[in-house]
Amino acid sequence: MKILVPFKSVPEPNDATVAGAAVSTPKSVINPFDEIAIEEALRIRERAEATEVVGATIGPPAIDEQIRSALAMGVDRAIRIDDSRILDPYAVARILRALVEREAPHVVIMGKQAVDDDSNQVGQMLAGLLSWPQATFASRIEFLNNKTRARCTRETDAGLEVVEVNLPAIITTDLRLNEPRYVSLPGLMKARRKPIDLLTCDELGVNVHPLTTVLSVGSPPKRAGGTRVESVEELIKKLKQEAKVL
Amino acid sequence: MAESLILIEHDRQQVKRTSLHAITLARQLGGEYGLLVLGHGLSGIAASLASYGASAVIVADDPALTEPLADRYAAVIAEVARKRGADTILGTSSTFSKDILPRVAALLDAPMLTDLVGIEKIEGSISYRRPINAGSMFAMVRLEGGRRVLTARATAFDAPLGDAAPCPITRFDFDPTSLPNGIQFISREERKSDRPDLTEARVVVSGGRPLKDKETFERVVGGLADALGGAIGATRAAVDAGMAPNDYQIGQTGKVVAPELYIALGISGAIQHLAGIKDSRIIVAINKDPDAPIFQVATYGLVGDLHQIVPKFVESIRQA
Repeated sequence: MKILVPFKSVPEPNDATVAGAAVSTPKSVINPFDEIAIEEALRIRERAEATEVVGATIGPPAIDEQIRSALAMGVDRAIRIDDSRILDPYAVARILRALVEREAPHVVIMGKQAVDDDSNQVGQMLAGLLSWPQATFASRIEFLNNKTRARCTRETDAGLEVVEVNLPAIITTDLRLNEPRYVSLPGLMKARRKPIDLLTCDELGVNVHPLTTVLSVGSPPKRAGGTRVESVEELIKKLKQEAKVL
Repeated sequence: MAESLILIEHDRQQVKRTSLHAITLARQLGGEYGLLVLGHGLSGIAASLASYGASAVIVADDPALTEPLADRYAAVIAEVARKRGADTILGTSSTFSKDILPRVAALLDAPMLTDLVGIEKIEGSISYRRPINAGSMFAMVRLEGGRRVLTARATAFDAPLGDAAPCPITRFDFDPTSLPNGIQFISREERKSDRPDLTEARVVVSGGRPLKDKETFERVVGGLADALGGAIGATRAAVDAGMAPNDYQIGQTGKVVAPELYIALGISGAIQHLAGIKDSRIIVAINKDPDAPIFQVATYGLVGDLHQIVPKFVESIRQA
């Protein structure tokens, strides 16, 4: 079984100042949800249910650092689709569809959302474009019936839900699927010898242009907080008399 | 202007109230809108949607749609949109709409924007406002193309009034045997609670890592929530540690709430958590670390041990 893990390079969370796809800031990391997807793919390979884990990302040469991190975690080989434009989720999904058709994986595992633009769209769009089943927000994945199906536990607003999908399928990961491993020094050494294949949209035969444009980015108004109270009595008095919520 | 189509969510018994908030966004966009509900055995639910000023309530009712499976639901929604010539497909943000609507966008070859909090109309063109980077920033976005798929953040759009004259309820006929069959529903965790829904509650009490374990969490957070008639929320750390179920998680990747009163117990205030509570009217923080970032956004902050403070709080409310 071959697993494709598309991943995105994002500004380090907590230090996020720039939004948009494939923007390399002084400190970029693999999108945390995609890191969970990589980890899951590696675990599936380590229990001998998969033979190859292929990582793929879209962006300029600056994101090779995150590709090396993925390879150092244990991804077998990586593909960078060389495109330095700011893409929207639908453009990314269309590029990934072409890549999936070329690579023919049995399953695609990817993060449920990128923590910079928080769209939560690409996996579902990719599934729609390919007419593949999808299991989003997975917190558990197991393969059944000689790896023709996957059983996934999904985190939903109403609690946990279990579905089965026929393979090939798209699975998107939620937080509690696993805890990604740290990159080891031997892993980093090995990563240097692993191939990063370069592809262009032309070579993939896709002609996309983003349909959404970010016009401006701004900060939300700050909440006026900071009143300290000294006791439960004072808190309750404030909630009753000042805030009038009790 | 072509019609908007609004996807309505339900739990088989009743409509999910927050899914109606997308109607308010549709009204701001202008033009007519239809309400689309999918499932099986929907007559009561469909009837409850008749007075929201829609051009029609469109009902796709079939045993094949009993469970909200993304491949089937997306196929039906896209077919309804095409047949009615709807150019805008809308929903309120939830795991239901997030699962299904991006797939609909792909089937309709349309771009999508998630989690809108506002729109601006400038010289006839519309810009959409949405949070990015865990809500630490906002982006104004423009869309191209004939069709669009949008989700509204429930806390940013009011609940619509349902006081219009009843509209027609129309059945959407389709061939269920043509639907995809790649996803099978197996089971759903059934957890009955007498507490209000987290995203609809007037009061939310939330707990973080210092609640230690499941029993303490339920006793302390649950105790205060019950005294106030509120719902329970949790941080990612509390959910990861098994103190609370996943659907209690509030924040960037969990639920977004905006109650009248939000009480944060032992929550430090990571930006990912704050992303989900910022629009609450009153925020109370109880934390023993006086430097916790939560105090910068809290309306009222009380420094101290929550295990001593909360019992006093509960007692005072019960006496009042």
